[in-house]
Amino acid sequence: MAFVSRGFEGKRRAGRGAGLLPPGQYDVGDAFPVLSAGPTPRSDLAEWDLLVTGEVDRLRRWTWEEFQQLPHEEVVTDIHCVTKWSKFSTTWEGVSVDTLLDGVETAAEHVLAFCDGDYTTNLPLEDVTGGRAWVVDRYEGEPLVPEHGGPARLLVPHLYFWKSAKWVRGLQLSSFDEPGFWESLGYHNYGDPWREQRYAGD
Amino acid sequence: MTSPLDGNAAAGRLFDVFSFDATVTRVTCAGCAATEVLAELPVYADAPGMVLRCGACGQALLRLAQTPGRTWVDLRGSALLEIPT
Amino acid sequence: MAGTALRRRLTWRLGRVVDQRAETATCSRISLRVDGWGGHLPGQHVDVRLTAPDGYQAQRSYSIASAPEAATVDLVVQRVDDGEVSPYLTDVLRRDDLLELRGPIGGHFVWHADLGGPLQLIAGGSGVAPFLAMLDHRAAAAPDVPARLLVSVRRPEDLIGRDRLDRYRDTGVAVDVTVTRTAPPGWDGRTGRVTAEVLGEVAWPPSERPHVFVCGPTGFVEAVADALVATGHDPRRVKTERFG
Repeated sequence: MAFVSRGFEGKRRAGRGAGLLPPGQYDVGDAFPVLSAGPTPRSDLAEWDLLVTGEVDRLRRWTWEEFQQLPHEEVVTDIHCVTKWSKFSTTWEGVSVDTLLDGVETAAEHVLAFCDGDYTTNLPLEDVTGGRAWVVDRYEGEPLVPEHGGPARLLVPHLYFWKSAKWVRGLQLSSFDEPGFWESLGYHNYGDPWREQRYAGD
Repeated sequence: MTSPLDGNAAAGRLFDVFSFDATVTRVTCAGCAATEVLAELPVYADAPGMVLRCGACGQALLRLAQTPGRTWVDLRGSALLEIPT
Repeated sequence: MAGTALRRRLTWRLGRVVDQRAETATCSRISLRVDGWGGHLPGQHVDVRLTAPDGYQAQRSYSIASAPEAATVDLVVQRVDDGEVSPYLTDVLRRDDLLELRGPIGGHFVWHADLGGPLQLIAGGSGVAPFLAMLDHRAAAAPDVPARLLVSVRRPEDLIGRDRLDRYRDTGVAVDVTVTRTAPPGWDGRTGRVTAEVLGEVAWPPSERPHVFVCGPTGFVEAVADALVATGHDPRRVKTERFG
């Protein structure tokens, strides 16, 4: 039998027990872990913009002021990280990606989200439309802090949380599926927590 | 966590992959050509994976992920490794 | 000797806790006997791994605080309030428990007697741990090597290894402590952060070409390393280890 440390339980017994856990996940309760592949970008809102680029009829761009003028909606959802923690009933506020893509003409089927720093993640275009994705700028009623992806991050709660790219600066539409930061390093290309698609080949 | 550790903290995991002490390896950045000993590089070691970055320009020099049955190492950000033997 | 420490295969092994004592109210020294331990170089660390009954694991690195000459492998663990591993090590672990670890790890941030001096050690808080190994080793193997230690702590009660620091002074090490928060009455020592000016007062000057080691929280290490280089120290002779 493998070694077990006497009296060690780990940090995880904090759950409220609400909601449904995907396979292999645990409820992290009140905590909200911060995991990062690089330094936290600190974006100057005067320089910030959000782009829709790639195989589109024309580039779309919003400054921070313009982004604030777009219709915002509240989103209450559960989130699931590939490192096995889940958090229930998280509250966000942001702009639906459907709003950002409204009027955009494209034949593309894939999206690459790109961010401050060098983080990217790829998704099928249909997974960020139909009310399934947002660019959010508020968490629990407050402006989104840099550690959690502020000023704005992507939110795609039906997939593992690495797809909800922090510090998002744009969506690049493409007919070509380009694996993003973790997808090119052994993680699953799609990432459905309900089918436990954590790693390539799952 | 925003403050990085350094390559000393990565030593154990890199030893699993390389079977030599990687901390004394000198790494040249493919982006800006800065060369530094691995022990002194900023390391971001949260799961899902580990990233060592150039201290000068921030480029990812080494990206490592351990998934069941496999370890993935991306060295495209490193132009050169100088390994003392 | 140095070569074997760098090349040995790293496997997880079990150490048995043979002693545990408080260094401060929030910091413990844990002494382990590790079967098959082949020795280490001062400055190296171990990875410690905890496993819960359901297989969940957590892992952290800790500097080895004991010299290679010591009979036990000692770790000095600062309790982090909402930490996952350190509270287990300081509050739950007790004598005769087993602890899973691997090491020694790290060939860069090391000093041993063959390297000679002068030796300049600069620690922030629990970053003093690897320097306890270096100075215990110096006392055993090379007591004539000129050495200076500068430790920065928030409050006097946070100072780790107080008894050892007195012993080091007896062996000729210049030991300076600076307190960065408002010192209570009775503290007549140095106060304030480690700046270039402080280094100018207590550290070996660059002309002595010391081996310089800096260890502690990331912000501390970067500020001190910048100050050392700004005052003329050769960056290649300044080695750093960040605790995060």
